[in-house]
Amino acid sequence: MRRKVLVCGGTGCVSSRSREVYDALESELAGRGLGEQFELKYTGCHGFCEQGPLVLVEPEGYFYCRVTKEHVAKLVDSLQEGSVYEDLLYKDPDTGNRVKTRNDVPFYQKQKRLVLKNCGLINPESIEDYLNAGGYRTLQKVFKMSPDAVIDEVKKAGLRGRGGGGFPTGLKWEYARKARGDKKYIICNADEGDPGAFMDRSILEGDPHRVLEGMLTAGYAIGAGEGFVYIRAEYPLAVRRLDIAIKEAREKGFLGENILGSGFNFDIHIKQGAGAFVCGEETALIESIQGNRGMPRPRPPFPAVKGLWDRPTVVNNVETLANLPIIFDMGAEAYAAIGTEQSKGTKIFALTGKIKNTGLVEVPMGITLREIIFDIGGGIPNGKKFKAVQIGGPSGGGLSAQHLDLPIDYDSLIDAGAMMGSGGLVVMDEDTCMVELARFFLSFTRMEACGKCTPCREGNTRLLEILERIVEGRGELQDLDLLESLGHTIIDTSLCGLGQSAPNPVLSALKYFRPEYEMHVKNKLCPAGVCKALLSYRIIEEKCKACGLCLKHCPVGAITGKKGEPHRIDPEMCKKCGECLKKCPFGAIVLAGGDGFGQGQSDHKRNHVSRTQALYNLKSGGRERH
Amino acid sequence: MHTGIDELLEKYWHIPGGLVPLLQEVQKVHGYLSREILEKIASGMGISLAKVAGVATFYHQFHLTPRGRYIIKVCMGTACHVRGAAEVLFAMEDELGIKVGHTTPDLTFTLDQVACLGACGLAPVITINDETYGKLTPGQVPKLIEKYREEAAVVH
Repeated sequence: MRRKVLVCGGTGCVSSRSREVYDALESELAGRGLGEQFELKYTGCHGFCEQGPLVLVEPEGYFYCRVTKEHVAKLVDSLQEGSVYEDLLYKDPDTGNRVKTRNDVPFYQKQKRLVLKNCGLINPESIEDYLNAGGYRTLQKVFKMSPDAVIDEVKKAGLRGRGGGGFPTGLKWEYARKARGDKKYIICNADEGDPGAFMDRSILEGDPHRVLEGMLTAGYAIGAGEGFVYIRAEYPLAVRRLDIAIKEAREKGFLGENILGSGFNFDIHIKQGAGAFVCGEETALIESIQGNRGMPRPRPPFPAVKGLWDRPTVVNNVETLANLPIIFDMGAEAYAAIGTEQSKGTKIFALTGKIKNTGLVEVPMGITLREIIFDIGGGIPNGKKFKAVQIGGPSGGGLSAQHLDLPIDYDSLIDAGAMMGSGGLVVMDEDTCMVELARFFLSFTRMEACGKCTPCREGNTRLLEILERIVEGRGELQDLDLLESLGHTIIDTSLCGLGQSAPNPVLSALKYFRPEYEMHVKNKLCPAGVCKALLSYRIIEEKCKACGLCLKHCPVGAITGKKGEPHRIDPEMCKKCGECLKKCPFGAIVLAGGDGFGQGQSDHKRNHVSRTQALYNLKSGGRERH
Repeated sequence: MHTGIDELLEKYWHIPGGLVPLLQEVQKVHGYLSREILEKIASGMGISLAKVAGVATFYHQFHLTPRGRYIIKVCMGTACHVRGAAEVLFAMEDELGIKVGHTTPDLTFTLDQVACLGACGLAPVITINDETYGKLTPGQVPKLIEKYREEAAVVH
């Protein structure tokens, strides 16, 4: 058997120059005449982006991290000797020990990789690789069943939509199957627009045939003859690999007419999005495929009844479709045994933000946040404390330390004021300001709103204005009530999912981090030290050694001082970039909250003592209560 | 002058939903969509200019003004945001002397912000054309831009 050298070609590793590693390996192997002995492959994503570029050696399973082209010569030495290249093995940060294989790395130990099973192990541009890994096998099974039986099986498995809402997939299919129409369509929603979410892209880049197999199953179940993959144009690698996969599937007879002798005809086309977050909403997506502005329309009628070109259409997310081969492979009962009462199977999360192990993780439903963040994610870097985690992107909510032991499923997250969304999981430490973060999310959703319905267009704009006022130090206490009542009105009255979920980050932050909001409006203080209008940099005279470093590095010349006398920062000129604080070797520069900025100046002069006290309270445990 | 548009119109005018891919392909050839191009497409497709302009202005991908030789995309996704993407963006604006969404008058640089480049492990991250630069600090920005300025000067 030829040994395999697998180089990760996911976007994360490509950004860390994995292509150079691949090219260097290729020429080094060829140069030593080893091209025949080793099979070099460029694979999809392993998920452990933090440690990229990754190289895996099979069958031994040696898992090499942060490989650069400079390592290649020695790496090939080790391949020839059949030895391990110790220096490239993953080093457990807790024990300091190096571990040899992927499964020994803590990042992988609590994961359950079903959907991502092939990612990183097969060449996504080769249908042979997918077939060897058992691909397209479930179609034989599916085509022997009646469409109704296929739908029943999906219902029994308890599969729910992975794109956000969590609607039961089998039920959606049943509606479309029963609906009348001379043609029916399957649409794969790959318009993954949530900032900080890249699971759909990784599946398409790493295992595109799995999604095609899922679409074929769905098409057979509802009686569709044609499918579309609506994919972001910002994912060029995924588009290219999908395109190759479709062509290969046609050649092998998995797409086209009379597939596998079943009499079932089905073909798939790619539709590239043109950059609009709202097109992740199914009715907007359909409008976009029809060549219009991607604006949602009221439902009902639901797309399952009246969708693309007014015909019954099922819109399923990439990850949902990628689950289908697993269900028909292991059987509905075995699948339903994974997860919780109401949420079955696994969920892929993109773990990012202030976390040691950034990457893509697949875990069984019902796992706790603590397990994901601390056991898999390795916890918070730089000795900082966990503060919050944003689940579900800009439409989701921020949860606090009190939720760390919450078993995650669709319903528990909704109850806590967040949502599964597409599965973005952004971790925040104590340096993140929850008010500013809510402002950030809202500025995103407002920018992406299509402008069709008033509650979202006007309401979210007003919501954003209030938040901007607060972070600029012009907020008032009644603003907090206004945020809440306006937020709920927007949720109740908006036309589509974008508007209905846009206030979530604000409302959840108000619920779990209210003291922080109150600090901003009452005391004009930003405890996290983020909101610039509420901060100022100051030099402590006693500590300043007049070395001139800060003065030299200030980009706007706001620092003055001579040799031998303490320097000063001119608050009018200071842009608050923080360079001086980073450069000062004596710790003489401090960031102080709330002195003399904004229109609330007179107010907080009066409140100076209480503000200091409030800051102290908050720093010494105020946040711990949450 | 507007090379290729007639051929592309021929390819798409009868396809339902063909307007978006048509605009995508025309932009690929011409770099941006001028008013004249939009008018030509409207008459070629037999639809109103308002409809074409409506679609062209709805999607981020379409540009109605000329673009720079180097397209700088600063990722403003959540992961980049919490790791200081805004500072990088401000530094870019200062260095280039333009606001985000604009192009330098010499058509060398266009500065864009994007929602997520999907390379969250490298946050904060930017791309300049096809090159990715990760874990950037504002302090690194001037040197990086200088490199491209020099490259542009050599080619001209």
